[in-house]
Amino acid sequence: MSGNWIKVCEKDDIDEEDVIRFDHSGKTFAVYRSPADEFFATDGLCTHEHIHLADGLVMDEIIECPKHNGRFNYKTGEAKGAPVCVNLKTYPVKVEDGSVFISV
Amino acid sequence: MAIQTTKRDYSLLGASGRTAVETGLAAAEWYHTDISRKEMKALMQRSDAPAVRDTFVWLGSMAVLAGLGIAFWGSWLCIPFFLAYGVLYGSASDSRWHECGHGTAFKTRWMNDAVYQIACFMIMRNPVTWRWSHTRHHTDTVVVGRDPEIAVMRPPDLFRLVLNFFGFLDVWHAVIDMMRNAFGVLSASEKTFIPEMEQPKTILVARVWVAIYAATIGAAVAVGSILPLMLIGLPRIYGAWHHVLTGLLQHGGLADNVIDHRLNSRTVYMNSISRFIYWNMNYHVEHHMFPMVPYHALPRLHAMIKHDLPAASPSMWSGYREMIPAFLHQLRNEDYFLKRELPQTARPYREEFHNELAPAAQ
Repeated sequence: MSGNWIKVCEKDDIDEEDVIRFDHSGKTFAVYRSPADEFFATDGLCTHEHIHLADGLVMDEIIECPKHNGRFNYKTGEAKGAPVCVNLKTYPVKVEDGSVFISV
Repeated sequence: MAIQTTKRDYSLLGASGRTAVETGLAAAEWYHTDISRKEMKALMQRSDAPAVRDTFVWLGSMAVLAGLGIAFWGSWLCIPFFLAYGVLYGSASDSRWHECGHGTAFKTRWMNDAVYQIACFMIMRNPVTWRWSHTRHHTDTVVVGRDPEIAVMRPPDLFRLVLNFFGFLDVWHAVIDMMRNAFGVLSASEKTFIPEMEQPKTILVARVWVAIYAATIGAAVAVGSILPLMLIGLPRIYGAWHHVLTGLLQHGGLADNVIDHRLNSRTVYMNSISRFIYWNMNYHVEHHMFPMVPYHALPRLHAMIKHDLPAASPSMWSGYREMIPAFLHQLRNEDYFLKRELPQTARPYREEFHNELAPAAQ
């Protein structure tokens, strides 16, 4: 069960079909807003190499890494094929009073 | 007085590669020109339209040229058609393989994958092996002992370089690799960059390709003519010259072992025909700095960041005029390289890498 909710940003700080980087307690996360106006969160670094996913491209439910174009489903964390083979960890997200929170 | 030079070990299992890992040169954080998220998102946007258009032109032209080549087969008139067909087969496939491997050519995934497989077959690069080798090339661009795609090693082997304009060595090695993979064997180097779970795919593709080449050779024997091989296989030799001509300019003569693409990559202005064949990879600094940007957006990216880059070579001719003397210099002093001057407005990055190397550039 999710516990420790951390405020990330205001809802409108993330464009639709986009991602931002969020650093907390020495860890980095990627927080997404889908085209359907839902919010999701994953680990912020690609599982292939040490690259911030927040610099990548969001297309529908896919985040593509900016360095080697590795693709993940950011809703499930699933790696979608070479060069990424290891899934991303995902985190619960909620929106309250216009603010986005993740549970870490 | 004899010059003391640093002997480079280009093996992926050798001393230079180990040193690169120990010194933090491998998998390092590379320089990026500042560009706003909004602008970068606009540049990264995918579209099917440019690549669908270009692919119709590419494959359609090949079909027409092949038809004319067949129609005039046996007379001198077939030569120009095969020369043009060869360039589209043996050179345009290089850029299509590359761009579709990045997944940026088309918006639609299956289109990327389909053109990737076709282009890999034409250029004789196993689609699994080369996807992974190119991944490493982008992680460790021209880092000795790490980058498996360094086209001109130091000291340069000029004989080999000339032979490659005709594809001889490339094809020889490609055939050896294909046969080895088809027999289920991966080299020690391949195992350093292809994950274990991907290795069976390498073998499967090699077996399919062997079957296609065997069928083509069989057809040539059956009809008593090399015509089938003029259409499949041989164009990789007689049409390779353009991709070597443009590809050598990507990094040739520039610094190695740096972590700033402005110092080890070259942007060259080219004519529109070469840019079509090469799919805008003449904007090579830009491509390495931002590999997510599709080929059709590279001219826009270049216009946005050129203030932070070394001046582009104004032509292929000017690129060769600086590169060939550098190769000749490297025969005597393999530490020599062309030191790139950044514009006054550029933001320098990790100058220690360049400054340490600077004496060699004199």
